[in-house]
Amino acid sequence: MEAPEEARQPHHVLKPKTFLMIVVMVVCGPLGNTFLGKGMKQIGSVGVWPVSHLISSLSRILTTPSIWMGIGSLIVFFIADMLVLSWADYSFVRPASALGYGMVALLGYSMLGERVSPLRWTGIAIICLGVFVVSRTTPRTHTWETMERE
Amino acid sequence: MAHLLLFAVIVLAGTGGELCVSRAMKRVGEATSFHPAQVARVVLRALGQPWMWVGVSMMATAFFALLGALSIYNVSFVVPVTALSYIAGALGAMIFLHERVTLWRWVGVLLVALGVTLVVLGKS
Repeated sequence: MEAPEEARQPHHVLKPKTFLMIVVMVVCGPLGNTFLGKGMKQIGSVGVWPVSHLISSLSRILTTPSIWMGIGSLIVFFIADMLVLSWADYSFVRPASALGYGMVALLGYSMLGERVSPLRWTGIAIICLGVFVVSRTTPRTHTWETMERE
Repeated sequence: MAHLLLFAVIVLAGTGGELCVSRAMKRVGEATSFHPAQVARVVLRALGQPWMWVGVSMMATAFFALLGALSIYNVSFVVPVTALSYIAGALGAMIFLHERVTLWRWVGVLLVALGVTLVVLGKS
């Protein structure tokens, strides 16, 4: 495949900090969701009514370490997302963060011994190809700062 | 009809919310270092942006609408939702954020949407 024209221009290459933030998102997003899922499974069924049930549910949720690990990971994910969006295109970051689907499968396969179907591996391979194609485009095409500060 | 409306709310509020957060961050301007004080300053400035709050509210709406939808329909409901949100995101970025989505980026976005669809189908 021929590299798109903009990929050859030196000022438009993928910066290490963009790469780093996307890695943080791809790791922390799925990790956070996995921790939250694990925590909620440990807690079991959650009653919300009457109020006494709601209070006991909330106290069980808030005293489960996995829940806090999940919330922490998702906060890190969201901060990395905000930071990268402060300089890179949304249409660049959003598809790139889809690598998280591959991460979920890898985490499930290696840590939980889950079986990953061939269809899922195929999907992950296509996502990787798509992210590769997106990563060859200019990470930043917008001119917001100049537009908004004039 | 209700099915279609719920579907539209999830895609539009979810993607729209992310676009608003993105717009807020573009107004804040580029974060120049990862020093905790600098990161905190960027986050605080973002919280002062009205677009940030519009975005977070829309994302929360989409989240609860999705939870509601999953309690009514089965998981196959999320397949078109996730696939369409990537395409809606790229379109929204062109219109609302003035990003230049080149042919190559479209090719990548469509591949990602296809891959994500297969992953979701492969899970259910």
